[in-house]
Amino acid sequence: MTGGFRSRHRGETHVFDDLKTLLACASPRRSGDELAGVAADSAARRVAARMALADVPLQRFLDEPLIPYEDDEVTRLILDSHDAAAFAAVASLTVGELRESLMSWEADADRLAALAPGLTPEMVAAVSKLCGNGDLIAIAAKCRVVTGFRSTIGLPGRLSSRLQPNDPTDDPMAIAAGTLDGLLFGMGDAVIGINPATDNVEACIRLLTMLDELRLKFEVPTQSCVLSHVTTSIQAIEQGAPLDLVFQSIAGTEAANAGFGVTLALLGEAQEAALSLKRGTVGSNVMYFETGQGAALSAEAHHGLDQQTVEARAYAVARAFSPLLVNTVVGFIGPEYLYDAKEIIRAGLEDHFCAKLLGVPMGCDVCYTNHAEADQDDMDDLALLLAAANVNFLIAVPGADDIMLNYQSLSHHDVMRLRHLLGRRPAPEFEAWLARMGLLDESGRVPPLPGSAPAVTRLIGQGARA
Amino acid sequence: MRDDAFDRLRRMTRARVALGRSGDGLPTKAKLEFQMAHALARDAVWGKVNFESIAAALAPREVIHVASAAADRAIYLRRPDLGRRLAEGEAAKLPPGPFDLVFVIADGLSADAVEGHAANVVIATEARLAGLTIAPVVLASQARVALGDDVGATMGARLVAVLIGERPGLSAADSLGAYLSFNPAPGLRDSARNCISNIHGHGLTPERAADKLAWLVREALRIGVTGIGLKEAAPDGAIETTQPTTQITHHKPTGARAHE
Repeated sequence: MTGGFRSRHRGETHVFDDLKTLLACASPRRSGDELAGVAADSAARRVAARMALADVPLQRFLDEPLIPYEDDEVTRLILDSHDAAAFAAVASLTVGELRESLMSWEADADRLAALAPGLTPEMVAAVSKLCGNGDLIAIAAKCRVVTGFRSTIGLPGRLSSRLQPNDPTDDPMAIAAGTLDGLLFGMGDAVIGINPATDNVEACIRLLTMLDELRLKFEVPTQSCVLSHVTTSIQAIEQGAPLDLVFQSIAGTEAANAGFGVTLALLGEAQEAALSLKRGTVGSNVMYFETGQGAALSAEAHHGLDQQTVEARAYAVARAFSPLLVNTVVGFIGPEYLYDAKEIIRAGLEDHFCAKLLGVPMGCDVCYTNHAEADQDDMDDLALLLAAANVNFLIAVPGADDIMLNYQSLSHHDVMRLRHLLGRRPAPEFEAWLARMGLLDESGRVPPLPGSAPAVTRLIGQGARA
Repeated sequence: MRDDAFDRLRRMTRARVALGRSGDGLPTKAKLEFQMAHALARDAVWGKVNFESIAAALAPREVIHVASAAADRAIYLRRPDLGRRLAEGEAAKLPPGPFDLVFVIADGLSADAVEGHAANVVIATEARLAGLTIAPVVLASQARVALGDDVGATMGARLVAVLIGERPGLSAADSLGAYLSFNPAPGLRDSARNCISNIHGHGLTPERAADKLAWLVREALRIGVTGIGLKEAAPDGAIETTQPTTQITHHKPTGARAHE
């Protein structure tokens, strides 16, 4: 418990004052950590930090909270909900030994699921810093986190998608058009989720009602969500809106969550309200969370932690509310946090890895802004890597161009190609619906259909009137 | 693939729906159109504003060139904190006031927006502000919105109006934003600014933007405040009510500085 960490290499000694300094210096180069002033100042110091980190016993993360217990309710949540019995399996290991144990063939889906409640965000963030991208993919691919509402998400061999038909004016016709376009590609089994342009209760209820009518008209076994602030969703529920999932952006510290206008207690209240509606058919996971590296730093609420470690702490917040879906919006926040495709790709793999090890049903918005050094080819790469890592779901927008949020994500084509290429199928309930609608061929793929095909004319003809 | 059912979808939204398919991929035309939209946005981000032509458009008004502490575009993109400060020695170029208003034309994230619209907004706004003492126009490179605080404080201006290239989207790579701050000083909060966004060919015209900006200037000088306080006092329709900078915070876990 003496302060400070040392690493010697070729006669040079690197000293790291405390655990958070060590974690920050062990992170790959990242613009956000440089902006925050916590990054290693040389490539050698970065690796020296990893060498020192590899020797740190896991127990130390329980003994030395990075943010004091008294100051932060997320720290209290992490420590109070820690499962010592689950942790016993790895209690004697160092971070380096944990990495090897996770890589071993014995660490299968069942063992990793049993271990999850014994791991803390700081432990998984630490081990991720010792992993190459290939390690992050191989280990995460073994994790299985299955959730359900009207569809079941996260089963082996499946790749689900969020359909995101945003519109800058919240025009219900435009959103319906984007929704129908996506359904024709087999998108939307994770959720049909809209980012509203205006966050008020009336707009939220109007969109929820439209989406619910569309769902009922075609008997689609999925859930919809209007990604309003949690307090807006609670009010919509009180007014009798057909609300399936409660959405909220969350982050890894109490102060950053305060910046989003939420507390753990408020999230609990929202979960209770959504559960009371009993709208799920195959499961009762009613929460949907988004996260992303840089959120805590941009709120000046990161307590000197590196952005990846503080991001992992957001997954402890998510885990406490048994969400149906969580996704990192990996490239959305801009180049001052993730500068280029190399940083975005690495961050996407880290986020997915850390969440899955903690038992969180992780998906990803594979995306970038126009001032980042990235393009659609990079998104193709990251999407393929995440699919190989068995990501629960990916977000898709018409033509990869979100005309409301002004950034680029994946297109419906991209997600469908991954399914066909890797033999991944949609959620089983949704797949059965696609078959009923005549949108699947005999090999289980979604073929290009002419505008005159019965499934197309039925969906567009009746859907546009909904 | 172009037939009635898909045409119907296309008529319902500006989103890229019903693009058609070749196997699982996009048709070539749609693929290349997307790449062109992205290329225009990228060129806007990395383009260098031709401040000489802006100075010529503003003539006979006096202009002063300044640079932020971000030495080049790559540093500018990584380090927003440097883009908010004047480079060493630059403050000495700025004449002391007193001034009622100083315009700062900042490159921001879109050279196209600045070259296309900034001078027009200054000229049109100034024409609506007879009687006010207006400073020479400051042309700032590698600049974020908050650089205006440094400039305004140095010049002793009561108000600073920063005209800056917004983060480009695929459908508009040349969108200009205008940010107005009363009593500018380093450390001013974003909530103390008024923003007029989406000044571009398919959005607000420079004339309409000037109407709004001039109204805000006169009102700010009258009540001595900008930001949340001024917004609440504004009559309906005088200011854009939706600002993507603040909206995005609600939906995606980002900071509120998307447009800087």
